[in-house]
Amino acid sequence: MTLTLTEQAPSFDLPGIDGRNHALDDYGEAEVLVLIQSCNHCPYVQAWEQRIVAIQREYGERGVRIVAINSNDTTNHPEDSFEEMARRAERHGFNFDYLYDEDQSVAGALGSERTPEIFVFDRERKLVYHGAVDDSRDETMVNQRYLRDALDAVLEGRRPPVAETPPVGCTVKWNS
Amino acid sequence: MSVMKIELLYWDGCPSHPEAQALLEQVLAERGLGVEIEVREVRTKEEARVLRFPGSPTIRIDGRDVDPIGAGARPALTCRIYSLPDGRVSPIPSRKQLEEALI
Repeated sequence: MTLTLTEQAPSFDLPGIDGRNHALDDYGEAEVLVLIQSCNHCPYVQAWEQRIVAIQREYGERGVRIVAINSNDTTNHPEDSFEEMARRAERHGFNFDYLYDEDQSVAGALGSERTPEIFVFDRERKLVYHGAVDDSRDETMVNQRYLRDALDAVLEGRRPPVAETPPVGCTVKWNS
Repeated sequence: MSVMKIELLYWDGCPSHPEAQALLEQVLAERGLGVEIEVREVRTKEEARVLRFPGSPTIRIDGRDVDPIGAGARPALTCRIYSLPDGRVSPIPSRKQLEEALI
């Protein structure tokens, strides 16, 4: 079941493509923590990828940390392997941590269904926004910038104007 | 005159086929082509192999894929990636790809 608003971020300790493990507590300094259920192969992830890079670049100095987590089964989707994660991050200039959730425990704790799927946690690490990055995979058609609006609100001590939207993307590929 | 055959193959694990079908129907309507689209769900890896299904959605017009380059990818139950002329990627073919395939 998907995490509901005001629930705490699940704890995790996962290997990152930088060769180090990253745990929830490692992001204790962040004003806002954004966990993104992600992967390599999904065209929806790829369509939103550079918007996420831009958001990390623009909001990083304000204390926002984005962490992408790939939990997909790699048997049927070898392009989502740890090695491919590192290659994709290098090729596309990821400026956020990209972690591998091989046993899918974090995806299970979040109750993720799609890639990409956004979970925004406030300073107390309570969920304040869940859903899509914005309202169109086509950047030229975007009208509602849900994630940016949520970040602006939380950084200003307000509630996000829209707290939940349906995530749009590929299904999480669960281990069989 | 033979009737054009239009197939749309999809896999339910990918959410893009309704959008692709809507765009295809729009393009057909604009051209005054009242052709019925044969919509088929691909459910198993074996079906994907037999149908040479490189991902969802796959659109074929008279057996020819609207994106011949992507058509050669390994058969799989996956979301298909289409490259747009401006370098971006899309989960569905572009309007231009559909229009050109109908010429």
